[in-house]
Amino acid sequence: MSKNVKIAQLSCGTEYSGIQPEIEAAAKQVNAEMVFADVDYDDIARIEKDFGLEVASPDLKLLMARAKSIVDGKTDVDAVFVATCFRCAEAALARSEVRRYIYEKTSLPVISYSFTERTTSGTLLTRMEALTTMARRKSLLARERQTGLTAGIDSGSTTTKCVIMKDNEVIGTGWVPTTKVLDSADEAFNIALESAGIKQSELDALGTTGYGRFLIGDKFSADLVQEEVTVNSKGAVFLADKQKGDATVIDIGGMDNKAISVHDGIPGMFTLGGICAGASGRFLEITARRLGVEITKLGDLALKGNSKNIEMNSYCIVFGIQSLVNSLSTGAKPEDVAAAACYSVAEQVFEQQLQEVEVKEPVIMVGGSSLIAGLPKALEDLLHVEVHIPKYSQFIGAVGSALLVSGLVDTSKK
Amino acid sequence: MSKILIYPTNSLVLADLVDRFGHEPLTIPQEIRKKVTSVGLDSPPLNITPEDPKIGLKYAAVEVPSGVRGRMALIGPLLEKADAAVVVSDPEATFGCMGCARTNELVNFLIRAKKIPMLELSYPTNDDDARDFVYKIAEFLQSSEVLKHE
Repeated sequence: MSKNVKIAQLSCGTEYSGIQPEIEAAAKQVNAEMVFADVDYDDIARIEKDFGLEVASPDLKLLMARAKSIVDGKTDVDAVFVATCFRCAEAALARSEVRRYIYEKTSLPVISYSFTERTTSGTLLTRMEALTTMARRKSLLARERQTGLTAGIDSGSTTTKCVIMKDNEVIGTGWVPTTKVLDSADEAFNIALESAGIKQSELDALGTTGYGRFLIGDKFSADLVQEEVTVNSKGAVFLADKQKGDATVIDIGGMDNKAISVHDGIPGMFTLGGICAGASGRFLEITARRLGVEITKLGDLALKGNSKNIEMNSYCIVFGIQSLVNSLSTGAKPEDVAAAACYSVAEQVFEQQLQEVEVKEPVIMVGGSSLIAGLPKALEDLLHVEVHIPKYSQFIGAVGSALLVSGLVDTSKK
Repeated sequence: MSKILIYPTNSLVLADLVDRFGHEPLTIPQEIRKKVTSVGLDSPPLNITPEDPKIGLKYAAVEVPSGVRGRMALIGPLLEKADAAVVVSDPEATFGCMGCARTNELVNFLIRAKKIPMLELSYPTNDDDARDFVYKIAEFLQSSEVLKHE
């Protein structure tokens, strides 16, 4: 059984939204418990002056007072979860500043989340898993080299990827569209084994990640089953050779997006977006289909176009695509439409997610969408920084898994 | 006996005053301790489920935060029953306190919109104000506009 992790909950509105049991259920699944820092009423009365942010809601004052109690060392916890109601502007300000405060004043991993009554433990699980991994496995996360012969399988919502690594090098890869989770994992695994020229029995260890990680982890008796935030961070800084210092990892996936602040290869603040399909790789897939080009060609097409020539009235995957189709019917060039689609996705990620993490260079973009050249270009235009695309970026989760699981092999041998 | 909505709804002092003058306080009781150990300052006395914020849609639209709507699922029915209301603004947390300022704004508006007899008071900060505070509440609770609902 892994070490119990204490997560400090700094929140406003979780009980009256009916989601407090969901938060606690998600924590329980990763052997963690939510704790609430004890604070005096006097601390709450003083907190606006102490913290510097004036708020009208008493529960936000409580949230800030509890944050200060953690920073002052009066409350002993391993990680921090900051959560407030979605659509509350005052709470969004407090949440953002408290998250930054914890990040800057402590070494505790911290995540923030804005919830609705529809938030479930399933939605929170990946976040809690990442948070507890950062608290529990810092030594594993500090790993910079892959050793031995290991495999990583990333069972994503759109594609399943597998890599085989040996002595810090990728020696085999497999990539298939995800249909049936287990069958796709089998197929990708076999392709990777074949391309590496080895048998499964020769592997020292196997790690799994992605949406299907638990299912395929069970099937292959994986040594490590790990969420995507951790493995993508490790995989990104490993492949980009940026293991020391700060970095920002961005992964625009088929169903959700990740933006992760990394320091010395260990994820710090991160956001997971997953509500709007218009901000995902799926938007680009549909655009490619409407333009009659392969998704692999969409990026190059976008590089030839100018997004400003297209008027898009909506980020929505339905209405946004309709805008693109309408512009085609009025004579717009396909390359401009491709560029506008890439810009639309990048702009949403920029506006909705990158505001929530500290964007520090180098910015490393990973995942299959990083190979759609128009997308990193659009992100570069928005961020005004160079965006790095490492080799094997589409296999990022699998590489991170193979790298991390090799640390477990060493540990067990010792 | 009139039904008197007190706000903050978890104020034991207000509930006691209303009770002493022979009325029924409409309240969400809560134990107040020296330290705050619960999730929020006005943690609900029962388990709120994700269905409650949907019930709260009767009082606030979907774009209103779920925490407001969840509170309204509890406070709204109290408001519907109320014959009169005593509202204290900016109280100390130990007096009784609602965690969400947006809910405070909405509840105060809905009380005014209902046009029931309403006494609005600021939380007293010294002994003289405190005496005056209690006197005004007593006077209100014995006034004809409140007693006519008996």
